[in-house]
Amino acid sequence: MTDIAPAIELKGISKSFGPVKANKDISIRVMPGTIHGIIGENGAGKSTLMSILYGFYKADAGEVFIGGEKKNITDSQAAIAAGIGMVFQHFKLVENFTVLENIVLGAEDSGLLKPSLARARRELKSLADEYELNVDPDAVIQDVGVGMQQRVEILKALYRKADILILDEPTGVLTPAEADHLFRILENLRREGKTIILITHKLREIMDITDTVSVMRRGEMTATVKTSETNPPHLAELMVGRKVLLRVDKAPAQIGRKILEVKDLNVTDAKGVHRLKGISFDVHAGEILGIAGVAGNGQSELLEVLGGYEKATGSIMMNGEAIDLTGAKSDGQSRRKRGIAHVPEDRQREGLIMDFHAWENTGFGYHHDEKYQKNALFMDNAALKRDTEEKMARFDVRPPDPNLAAKSFSGGNQQKIVLAREIERNPDLLLIGQPTRGVDIGAIEFIHQQIVALRDQGKAILLVSVELEEILSLSDRIAVMFDGKIMGERMPQNTDEKELGLLMAGMTGGHS
Amino acid sequence: MDALPKWADVILIPVISILLAAVLSALVILAIGENPWDALKLMVDGALGSTYGWGYTIYYATNFIFTGLAVAIASQAKLFNIGGEGQALLGGLGVAVVCLYIPWPHWTLALLGAAAAAALFGAAWAAIPAFLQAKRGSHIVITTIMFNFIAAALLNYFLIGALKAPGMEPATAKFAETTHLPSFQDMFNFGETTFFRGAPANVTFFVALAACVFVWALVWRTRLGYEIRSFGESESAAKYAGINPTKIIMVTMLISGALAGMMAINNVQGEAERLVLNAAEGAGFIGIAVALMGRNHPFGVLLAALLFGFLYQGGAELALWTSIPRELIIVIQALVILFTGALDNMVRMPLARLFLAMRRA
Repeated sequence: MTDIAPAIELKGISKSFGPVKANKDISIRVMPGTIHGIIGENGAGKSTLMSILYGFYKADAGEVFIGGEKKNITDSQAAIAAGIGMVFQHFKLVENFTVLENIVLGAEDSGLLKPSLARARRELKSLADEYELNVDPDAVIQDVGVGMQQRVEILKALYRKADILILDEPTGVLTPAEADHLFRILENLRREGKTIILITHKLREIMDITDTVSVMRRGEMTATVKTSETNPPHLAELMVGRKVLLRVDKAPAQIGRKILEVKDLNVTDAKGVHRLKGISFDVHAGEILGIAGVAGNGQSELLEVLGGYEKATGSIMMNGEAIDLTGAKSDGQSRRKRGIAHVPEDRQREGLIMDFHAWENTGFGYHHDEKYQKNALFMDNAALKRDTEEKMARFDVRPPDPNLAAKSFSGGNQQKIVLAREIERNPDLLLIGQPTRGVDIGAIEFIHQQIVALRDQGKAILLVSVELEEILSLSDRIAVMFDGKIMGERMPQNTDEKELGLLMAGMTGGHS
Repeated sequence: MDALPKWADVILIPVISILLAAVLSALVILAIGENPWDALKLMVDGALGSTYGWGYTIYYATNFIFTGLAVAIASQAKLFNIGGEGQALLGGLGVAVVCLYIPWPHWTLALLGAAAAAALFGAAWAAIPAFLQAKRGSHIVITTIMFNFIAAALLNYFLIGALKAPGMEPATAKFAETTHLPSFQDMFNFGETTFFRGAPANVTFFVALAACVFVWALVWRTRLGYEIRSFGESESAAKYAGINPTKIIMVTMLISGALAGMMAINNVQGEAERLVLNAAEGAGFIGIAVALMGRNHPFGVLLAALLFGFLYQGGAELALWTSIPRELIIVIQALVILFTGALDNMVRMPLARLFLAMRRA
């Protein structure tokens, strides 16, 4: 222990939501001028803890000390007054305001806006020079990229004189290059004596930038260690509570015939935005084609078109036969009949009906299947329940109770329910979007194994993921999407995160 | 959430809500200088104390079952059909046309024909707002409300024009004898003692019970019901599964409108035996409360419809025998709706907390 008071000290924080204990007796000390990582699976209680620190929730028990002083943080105003700034995963910016207006919003000096804006402009300039936080103060938020939006969020906090900065999953929406830029900013901030708390589920970021790291599991703080004294497998074990395989074991691909052939695919959405701009690619039997890219570059639209619920122009051949892209047969039912199964990116909005029982979700999209019908009039609910029970056993869904509502399962188990439904249809082509988003590390391993097993059965798999690591470890071939176009295809053994990162940012290889 | 066991959600909460409404109603009755206990006794006696009272309670309940089911099934698809009133009026038009212009040989055939016509007319009236919702995105709440007014005006037009019987009244002629439905008095007549004498309850009540079973089986046992519920729970998921939103909106609203329309075989064919102005008498709106209280479940709708039937009949008795004005009944009904529907959470949250505490202990 040193004589310097810790920038933040939490003592015995507990918080329950009904029967769920989100935080159990959590204590943590963060020294000034350090970057402290908090890592844990979804639902481990990281966000709850930070929400308590930022005054969104009131802790049931425990104390908060800022700079050695006991504080009662009742709302975000109090948090700001205590020098805490927060950068949320989903930015809280006014889309049609300029950068400058967003920074001043809520921190105006007086009723008149002009002096505030002028002062903010001066301050922005010095902050930008100091921390490499370059922004165009007069740009409108909706016109600037996510990287800059995030910098605006950081500036907002600094403008409010924050000494402590909390970042919640800051790299989720960034390209690798943008993430590197962010980390340089964070290092500059640390050098100036700011204290940073970085919440993430990415082990690599923890290893790259933090000084100390706390691991949370099921509402408890299981360990706080110096980053230099730990390693990723050890952290993963602390997170999950058992040893985990971080690498995917897979045999070389046995590439077969062409299953899917996409040619010159174009999509214009309801607002008239050109989402897909002449995309062409193939997927073969026994192959995983990984589509890399930052979220929002057309991957979702691509999956929607293939899944049958977005209209498009161009051509898609499935097993050598054309697929209807606009007419009566451009719907999910027709796609399923053609041997396309789809694990959607957003399982809670699309893949599952959260209030339905697990057994009802097992028939979702396949409710016309012969085996789920009792007779011409009625569905066979008993058959659905039986089938669900068997699927739950094979996919290790916990708890294995078909009568529970989908919403009562954890993210990983929800994903297993979807996966079981789609994989066991024995499709020729599996579309799978963000297979492990919001899924605990333990389940990630299992899900990856299932995907590889399906490939080894000679099925074609189109994998869309924003996690580069996942793309690199699963794919047999990688295509990178940017702004509705495919920037290039690479073989995983001949490329690396750096090259893919450049492609993801829209730069074609070799010119940067 | 699932903080409450199912029986508490389905039974305890409505019961507590009704008790709260009753307590408040008692205070109101007390405030106008009447004895609430006497009033309650009078209501119970008037509505349930004799087969005559039951005959009225059941008659009203029959109306509310149909309109309640109409709202309930639309709600399964998250469509808020406020147009039950108009659809029931149009159903009446269908019944009138069929009963006036077709010479039915026997009431059974007349019932089938009138039910079909009522369903058809009601469905047709719901089809237009449904189409506008599905294809144009016009909000179904707004359009169905407006269609209630149009329906009333349309009936006015026919009742002072093409369908008007000779005389002063804007009403059709009496339907032919062969279309008259057997009342409970006809059906439960055992020699000496006559039950349900003079009460309007009729064979339609059993049609309403059948409709409850039909809706239950449709919603929870068929593919169509599965698609309707899926669409209601999550439109984005329904799209992913290949469920056609236009089809679901149209089909659900057609069924909903048909159910509301079928109310007319009770009030028009069964009771009035002719079509008069404003035949639905607000039953379409009561259906909303009935569905709300019945948790959009056919069995719940049945119970809620009986409760509202009781309130209607008991209220009429109250107005007849005491100085409590007729309007107070509307206040009591409003309180029941307020507590069972709008203030649901007021009862639910403390109860959930109580159950949690009990589970922990």
